[in-house]
This record gives sequence, C-alpha cells and structure tokens, in this order.
Amino acid sequence: MNQYEVTFIVDPVLSDTEIKQTSENYVDLLKTEGCQIVHVDEMGLRQLAYPIKKRNSGIYYCIEFQSDSGTIIGRLELALRRDERIMRFLTTALDKYGIKYNEDKRNGLIKKRDKAEKKSEKSFGQTAAPVAAKPEEPVQPSKAPEKAPVAAVAEEEE
Amino acid sequence: MASRDDIKFLSNPKIGQNKKKYCRFKKYGIKYIDYKDPDFLLGFINEQGKILPRRITGNSLKYQRKVATAIKRARHLAMLPYVADLLK
Repeated sequence: MNQYEVTFIVDPVLSDTEIKQTSENYVDLLKTEGCQIVHVDEMGLRQLAYPIKKRNSGIYYCIEFQSDSGTIIGRLELALRRDERIMRFLTTALDKYGIKYNEDKRNGLIKKRDKAEKKSEKSFGQTAAPVAAKPEEPVQPSKAPEKAPVAAVAEEEE
Repeated sequence: MASRDDIKFLSNPKIGQNKKKYCRFKKYGIKYIDYKDPDFLLGFINEQGKILPRRITGNSLKYQRKVATAIKRARHLAMLPYVADLLK
C-alpha cells in the first residue's frame, strides 16, 4: 500500500459550486479506482507566484490517497491534463516521514508560524534556525527539548 | 586617560570567530520537508529566488537535496517564483 498526494490548482474564475464539483470529481475518480482517500485538504484561494494561463490566483486542493499499485496515477494525471479547469497539478509519493508529517499537520501538532515570527527570522537570516524548526518540534518531542538546552549552553560559553 | 595596560585588544576579539554552522534538520530532527509550505522554504532561497548553497545554509547533503526538491516542487505549483527581484 503506497500513499500518494496530488496537489492541483483550480481556476478561480469558476463559481463555487463548479470548484467544489471539480475536486469531488477527482475524489470520486480515485474512489471508483479502488483507492482509499486519506484526506482532502482545501487550501483555498492563494496568490500565485507567477501568472499561469493569465491568472494571478488559484484555488489549491490537495488529495492524499492510498493505492495498491501506481497504475492509477497515469490515468489520474491524464484526466487532470485534459481538464481545462485545472491550471497545474503535482503528484508525489509520500515516504513514511511524509505520512507522519501530514498526520501531525491534520492533528494540529505542527503550528503555522505567524507573521511576526517570520519577520524576525528574515531579519536574522541564518541565526534564526530555532524559529524555523519550531513547527516541526512536536514530531519528535523526545529529541528536540534534550538537544536545545545543550545548544543554548554552548552558545553562552562562546 | 586609559593606560597601555587597560587596552587589551585593538578590535573586538569575537569578530573573527565565526560560529560553527550546523544542519538544522539533523539538529531538530526534521525528517520531512513540505513543499506546500513556501514560508519555510523562503529561508533557503536568496532574494532572486535562487536556491542557497550548502556552504551558506549549513545543511547536510541529505537534507540539502530534499530542500532542493521541495523548492522545485513549490516552484512548479507557483508557490515560489522561478525568477524574482526583491523577493524578501
């Protein structure tokens, strides 16, 4: 059983129902092919970093699913490629760490950093590693707290 | 007026010592780099949107490769730009 993840961008010009329909379309397609849907993540409307098909924003969806064999991927990608409502898509196979990360993210263990923290990281550049690592800390609670104090002591000594 | 003995150093002695770089993924036990989190990946690219080399970020080779793939995936999904000016 392999776990995959397909992320795609839906055209924002469509109506809400059409957008919903598009994502459900692919969930249904995967279900009929015998895949188990793990999670459907609606990432919502986002600004694109560069225009695609003369659009500056897009609605992101991410479907996580389990499949016995990868043969479904080809058919799924063909359907996505033929669909005019889809602006971009990306299918990736998840390794065990990826699966764990996504689970933790769903359970809210991985916090999103807020704007202020991000800004401080930017200004400090490379020195702000602890801030960058924060969202991931709950993944391995046993390891991180042990190591952090040692590092703090080492910095003081210097 | 400070005598000669009071002046121990002409310049700050700590200036020359550079801190040892380390791989933050190894240090904090991060095993997976999410390509859907552009804010995190922003720390590994310069203001033109280029991937920073290992000698600057201090990443181990294993995680530098993962960072590079994640950035390339994020670029494909228009979460990060391929080319940019004044990204930060």
